[in-house]
Amino acid sequence: MAQKNLLGKITEKLTESLLTLSGALTTIAILFITIFLFKEGFGLFKSPAIEDGYGLYVHPENPVNQLHPLDVKNMYDEEIINWNELGGANQEIMVFRIDDVFDYYTDEDLGENYSLLPEKLGYIISDHKNIIAYVPEEFAPSVTQGSKKVKVHNTTLSDFFLGKEWLPTATPSPLFGALPLILGTLLVSLIAIVLALPLGLGVAVYLSELADERMRKFLKPVIELLAGIPSVVYGFFGLVVVAPLVQKAFNLPVGETAFTGGLILAIMALPTIISVAEDAIRNTPTAMREASLALGATQWQTIYKVVIPYAGSGISAAAVLGIGRAVGETMAVLMITGNAAVIPSTIFEPVRTIPATIAAELGEAPSGGQHFQSLFLLGCILFLISMIISIVSEMISKKKTYKSL
Amino acid sequence: MKKIILGWLLILLYAGNLNAQRVKGSETVLPITQKAAENFIKSHPRTNVTVTGGGSGVGISSLMSGTTDIAQTSRRIKFDERKKIKFAGNNLREVEVAFDALAIVVHPSNKVSQLTREQLSGIFTGKIKNWKEVGGEDLKIIPYSRETSSGTYEFFKESVLKHKNFMSGIMSMPANGAVIQSVSQTRGAIAYVGLAYLSDKVKPLAVSYDSGKTFVKPSVESAKNKSYPIVRPLYYYYLSKDEAKVKNFIDYLLSPTGQKIVEETGYVPVS
Repeated sequence: MAQKNLLGKITEKLTESLLTLSGALTTIAILFITIFLFKEGFGLFKSPAIEDGYGLYVHPENPVNQLHPLDVKNMYDEEIINWNELGGANQEIMVFRIDDVFDYYTDEDLGENYSLLPEKLGYIISDHKNIIAYVPEEFAPSVTQGSKKVKVHNTTLSDFFLGKEWLPTATPSPLFGALPLILGTLLVSLIAIVLALPLGLGVAVYLSELADERMRKFLKPVIELLAGIPSVVYGFFGLVVVAPLVQKAFNLPVGETAFTGGLILAIMALPTIISVAEDAIRNTPTAMREASLALGATQWQTIYKVVIPYAGSGISAAAVLGIGRAVGETMAVLMITGNAAVIPSTIFEPVRTIPATIAAELGEAPSGGQHFQSLFLLGCILFLISMIISIVSEMISKKKTYKSL
Repeated sequence: MKKIILGWLLILLYAGNLNAQRVKGSETVLPITQKAAENFIKSHPRTNVTVTGGGSGVGISSLMSGTTDIAQTSRRIKFDERKKIKFAGNNLREVEVAFDALAIVVHPSNKVSQLTREQLSGIFTGKIKNWKEVGGEDLKIIPYSRETSSGTYEFFKESVLKHKNFMSGIMSMPANGAVIQSVSQTRGAIAYVGLAYLSDKVKPLAVSYDSGKTFVKPSVESAKNKSYPIVRPLYYYYLSKDEAKVKNFIDYLLSPTGQKIVEETGYVPVS
């Protein structure tokens, strides 16, 4: 008997430590992922605004010493065409990329392992007073060979969070303005929740209060099936069916808009909202309902005066979870929101969301580069948004709302 | 048991004898290589060709790390990549295996049927905003682009925009098929797609690269005789030390039989 007790105790202890261990491991994993995410993301502000290993060079007599990434982009886009706009002499800007060197010299001219390249680049730069050359640092001509390096500012916090242009692959100077993406994500989620919440709440009330047993047994699995449809199918359906419908209905130039995205996301968030809200409504004690009915209230009065206020916190949690589902959705929005990185002025304009941006761009972003880091930083923002959402839902479900009854 | 071991040994021996080669890279070139590899294996029973996609950049970095024998790309190798290979003591060999033309497409109801390169560049960089500025009706222009990871995006930017950036906030679609779908249901739309993806749902435009002197419609013929301007070569890259290994397959693809496969898959043959 004593032995059995001992054995039982040992098993108990063992299970206990196993459970502690798995809990600890999960926590460590989550912490590790978060640290990794933020470390990669904030690397963006430390790396130079033009590609690592490259530099911008001008003629030694050029008075310009520093440039902002936006200026560099505008120069290479021929938006800024004269040096006097940047504080230089009054002469037209001549842009030069490393591949242009082959217009001046052949591969053979540049020697074994391109050893003659710096010298030749020196000739080109000192021949043109108005040049700006984007070349690899290791082949850059030295000062004696006739060139001057221009400093480019790093991307700053405000460039990232308040910047309005998202051009991550622009060379030589990519722009990482995340504001349109952040606003796009929030707008699409907001539309989704505004559409889905009344509908979802209605269905939940119907299912738990009004529908008879047979109807519920039929509807419940159907709604759960909605959650099982892969998001890419929703996206395809949205692109082929919903987008043209929205375009015709509102007489718009394009069908791929924030509204279309919100509509599809609303359908996708419905199962979550319905099942959480229905659970909350069902948890209203029968005693409360009966008390209300006994006081002479009709069924409808009972629902909106007693049941819904009692289930309030559960319903709010359902709404917040629905928002969470919409914020993180990737594939469907990638296909139907048009992915244009502009700050939307109406809901009938294309938008680009954070998850769609990460999904579309991470594949070809060189690992460790600026573009890669900026995508991680977007991931951090998404992480913060979902964290805020889950904290809010936690706070709401802890609140005891029936006090106000 | 013995039989099984013997069987495995035989398979191993057989596999060791195979003239195996690996091709990796661009999704654009993938259909050509895949079809060619299938036919090549059929006619050369003791060889094997493994074909994988992943993108032009992935193909070239695999070539550097030795995990592929041929890199297939839809763009020319970049200076950095060329430099890395040269510094590792290898010599790069480049072969053009096919051409791909990019067609400019609009909604079928659009009255505009031709544009110059300058006009296209203006439209996609956001300088030209209404169809009436290029001879059409009074309708907002809606340009569609591709995602930045696509080789088609890079080529269009290089050839038509001359390295300028697309207007910020251009609509970008994840695939050629999605582009066609969107253009076919948007009246003011304009977009670029690979010639192989052209369909009746959209209208291709004639393009001029000489400021409006000659306009040419995209087709396999006009791409072949080089009169259509927006044509890009598709490349195979390999290291000179692997020449003996990959020569048979490349020769096959460049032979008349191989080039017929290129044409069947909707691309333009080199010869």
